[in-house]
Amino acid sequence: MTETRELPLSMQREGFDPAPALAAIRENEGITKVSTGFGIDAWLITRYADVRAVLSDPATFSNSRVSELPLPGVDKIKRKELAERQAGNLLALDPPAHGRLRRLLTPEFTLRRIRRLEPRIVEIVDEHLDAMERKGPPADLVADFALPIPSLVICELLGVPYSDRAGFQERSNRQLDLSVPLDERLALQEESRDYMATLVERAKADPGEDMLGMLVREHGDDLTSVELIGIAGLLLIAGHETTSNMLGLGTLALLQHPDQLAIVRDQPERVDAAVEELLRWLSIVHSGTGKIATRDVEVAGQLIKEGEFVMCALPTANRDPQLRSEPDELDVTRGEIGHLAFGHGIHHCLGAPLARMELRTALPALLKRFPDLRAVSSTPDFRSFHVIYGLTSMEVAW
Amino acid sequence: MSKLAVNKDFCIGAGLCVLTDADVFDQDDDGIVTLLVDDPGDGPSIKEAVANCPSGALSLVDE
Ligand code: HEM
Ligand code: SF4
Repeated sequence: MTETRELPLSMQREGFDPAPALAAIRENEGITKVSTGFGIDAWLITRYADVRAVLSDPATFSNSRVSELPLPGVDKIKRKELAERQAGNLLALDPPAHGRLRRLLTPEFTLRRIRRLEPRIVEIVDEHLDAMERKGPPADLVADFALPIPSLVICELLGVPYSDRAGFQERSNRQLDLSVPLDERLALQEESRDYMATLVERAKADPGEDMLGMLVREHGDDLTSVELIGIAGLLLIAGHETTSNMLGLGTLALLQHPDQLAIVRDQPERVDAAVEELLRWLSIVHSGTGKIATRDVEVAGQLIKEGEFVMCALPTANRDPQLRSEPDELDVTRGEIGHLAFGHGIHHCLGAPLARMELRTALPALLKRFPDLRAVSSTPDFRSFHVIYGLTSMEVAW
Repeated sequence: MSKLAVNKDFCIGAGLCVLTDADVFDQDDDGIVTLLVDDPGDGPSIKEAVANCPSGALSLVDE
């Protein structure tokens, strides 16, 4: 089987919006068979209520059984090896294995713990804005602001040397880029694990005050090295490739809606709501982890057979009129939290409190520092083939 | 009238309940939900917290 370079339907967009074909499926049949781009078909779920129901039912929709799927070019032995490498990856686990690991990490990501990071996040944001100002326009908003801020935050939190960033930023970016050949992506995964393994060894020898050190100190006996590597790897990649794209795309979205930009810049009490609306409207995670049905089950009137692959279209579900009226409008003055941008169910984003804190600190600070901020080009550089939607770069001036 | 029921075993510590109503919900040191009031009732913010809770730890049961 050859790999297709065609963009899977679940990832298709028109600018910020899910492709019209996706919205049409939500309004009509609700569910459709799609090609995943790696030789396997999937049922794509598009409505808000159905997506919530699927994500709430890990017994029927299993994340861990995805490792059984026959990937093209991957033989049985390699597959077993790949499955073993899933250790510590929360997104590849079902209950009760999932809960065991998640509970070790939950205390580190409570609202209270994240609030303690606020002063440091403010400082990091200011440092990057100072650097942009010193250098003067134009700047690449992605390279100079959107990527380095969450990157530095997660490095400090985890205990990853920021000086190694060139290596892991490149790796995490290409690992999630579907236009990169599968072989190369698997090799990159391997390299990332080797890198994490050295950090885990270091933390075991001399556990610091960071999260890796905490995990070693407090749970060193319950967690295997392979699990520690998996956990740290997931946190590093999830901390990098998500908030950064929200910052880039969110800024562009606001620049295109100047009245709403003014609200975020000038009305601090409305920033939390604005962040929620941007999360919903942009829904940067196209579909989250695929699942395998563990029994025959009906969704949106369609029978899904045991063993079939299921995906949830988060952006389409977040634009469901059942969730919000005028769902395709960006309106930062509303901001309820019931959206699915952070997923739902047991895999609901662990880092959500951190991501919210980063966004509500960084976005208004940027807009205040550069009140005349503008995009230099009128054609945004969307990165379409990436598992997480965003901008490759964005030249800005002020 | 419905009553809020909390199943701590399900809670994944997402803290959405705290974002919805910080006068009623809190997280303990392990990140697990705790209630700050004995009888929170079933007002709008309680209903919203139940609807938003991603893990099914919160529910409203009929009395
Ligand atoms: C705006 C930024 C972010 C968005 C939109 C986002 C979105 C998501 C989504 C949709 C999921 C569920 C995926 C699925 O069900 O397959 C998820 C899970 C996860 N996220 Fe985030 N995320 C963000 C930021 C972060 C950050 C900053 C971190 C880490 C520090 C993080 C760590 C995780 C982890 C560990 C999981 C897996 C949880 C589990 O399986 O129990 N995320 N995220
Ligand atoms: S919203 Fe639900 S899962 Fe999250 S902390 Fe509250 S009870 Fe727990």
